[in-house]
Amino acid sequence: MQKRLLVKGNEAVAMGAIEAGCRFYFGYPITPQSDIPEYISREFPKVGGTFIQAESEIASINMLLGASACGMRAMTSSSSPGISLKQEGISYMAGSELPGLIVNISRSGPGLGGIDASQSDYFQAVKGGGHGGYHTIVLAPHSVQEMYDLTMLAFDLSDRYRVPAMLLGDSVLGQMKEALIPHPYVAPADLPAKDWAVSGKDGRAQRVVKSLYLGDGELEAHNWKLYRKYQELRERETRCETAGLDDAKLLVTAFGVTSRIAKTAIRMAREEGLKVGLLRPITLFPFPDKAFADATARTKRVLCFELNTGQMVEDVRLSVARDAEVFFYGRPPGAGSLPTPEELLAQIRTYYKD
Amino acid sequence: MSTAMQQVFAHPVSLKDVQTHFCPGCQHGTIHRLVAEAMDHFGVQEKTIGVASVGCSVFLYAYFDIDVVEAPHGRAPAVATGVKRACPDKFVFTYQGDGDLAAIGTSEIIHAANRGEGMTVIFVNNTTYGMTGGQMAPTTLPNQKTSTSPYGRNVGNDGYPIRMAELLAQLEGVAFSARVAVNTPKNVMQAGRVIKQAFETQLQGRGFSFVEVLSACPTNWGMDPLKANARIAEEMIPYFPLATFKDTSAA
Repeated sequence: MQKRLLVKGNEAVAMGAIEAGCRFYFGYPITPQSDIPEYISREFPKVGGTFIQAESEIASINMLLGASACGMRAMTSSSSPGISLKQEGISYMAGSELPGLIVNISRSGPGLGGIDASQSDYFQAVKGGGHGGYHTIVLAPHSVQEMYDLTMLAFDLSDRYRVPAMLLGDSVLGQMKEALIPHPYVAPADLPAKDWAVSGKDGRAQRVVKSLYLGDGELEAHNWKLYRKYQELRERETRCETAGLDDAKLLVTAFGVTSRIAKTAIRMAREEGLKVGLLRPITLFPFPDKAFADATARTKRVLCFELNTGQMVEDVRLSVARDAEVFFYGRPPGAGSLPTPEELLAQIRTYYKD
Repeated sequence: MSTAMQQVFAHPVSLKDVQTHFCPGCQHGTIHRLVAEAMDHFGVQEKTIGVASVGCSVFLYAYFDIDVVEAPHGRAPAVATGVKRACPDKFVFTYQGDGDLAAIGTSEIIHAANRGEGMTVIFVNNTTYGMTGGQMAPTTLPNQKTSTSPYGRNVGNDGYPIRMAELLAQLEGVAFSARVAVNTPKNVMQAGRVIKQAFETQLQGRGFSFVEVLSACPTNWGMDPLKANARIAEEMIPYFPLATFKDTSAA
């Protein structure tokens, strides 16, 4: 029988990172993600890892930049306001083509906001976040198991494309306990060698990790190169979970914690005889646009459900077939409780048409 | 008597043989050379990782023939922390100006120093933001006119110039902290010796080492190079005394 552990989502992130060979963590305390640095500060000494509690979020992302420039698997974690502080460094990492994992166990905003579950950082996560027009790879787990699995995947994708990766969770996913089946990490055999990393030139040509391009045409060429990588990600790396698409008259889409509520509401709708399907984006960038286009070639009504007042819905509208109708149901954070499956079921009944 | 000749002077191996972009009379070139000579002296070029900052010194990689990581403005000590922790057997240094280190990067420098990170920081103090056109810096002297203190730095409004070498010497993690200048041949020689001491501090694993170098910015000071050198002697050194404030090897 497989070993099953009862662990918190935040701990699963830390366990997945250690299993994936990450040995450098730099961070700063903030609720609701502090279980991650606490777990890593306890476990890293046993595996020879380097844990630094930095003086700020800004310092920690820059330490990550430095360790990554040396070719190491490295990570940081934080929550919304801390992620805002890290955006400068994330932009520099994107410009310098440095891999690395940034975990956002998000709070609810804006400002200091609150610590209840929220998806108000979707725009920040998928549209760049910092200056300069770049993307990070964004993965959205919806279970403790996925907090573990997608952490490993994030490192692999980030290393392969030399694009920083973000794991986007929230306080529910970070704090809840669920069964986790740990499994050994197996590095993809075709991961490219880090032949760009600094190490002291030691007989070879100088290596420089930088984002400044002042030569005539250099920056444009660099930005086209980044663009091609984002296109390659869009073509090759989108991931989503689907259910009941064959006969669905209404497609419900949600990511992360809301997709759990959606699954229950869809089951209840099916029990009533309503043919409702699910499309759950797992990669938020690259967004699974082809999956939406394919699903809405047949199912013309889409209900997007989020814990905000409408963010992912914009990407859904850009992805669906031209004659599909997109509806939205969401609530901003601050209610102190999550929407219930019954609440979503009422919305499903409203927008459902046979 | 042997007829064999001994070479006693040459271009440093660690420094590329290229023309710099620095203004006439700027002393970054002199300081670059002193750092490169220290690198050659200890034979560490091949194991050095430099961390460049934002400002006139951003093109570190264009002049030093070493591996370089470019840091965001003020963040070089944090980037260098990641580098040194990832590569503890490498020689790691940052090269930062006064706006970068003593204003926007104050948090990063103080905490890297306080952790005793085994890096060397070369801090160039020319009392102005050179790259952006001569604005007031955290090191701008009282009453000094700059493009953003056109009536002279008013300490009542703008505060006082920060003495970083003295400030950092107070921290337990700092093994070496000194201030030098490169305005006279004698001071250049002394600066070279002090930079080597800072390098040695790192190579011996004694902790964080810091050298502040008083430097001329004739373009933004509106002076010719000789007058700029005189200003260092007459105005800067009295406020920013040349000394070694901490050296744990002497203890």
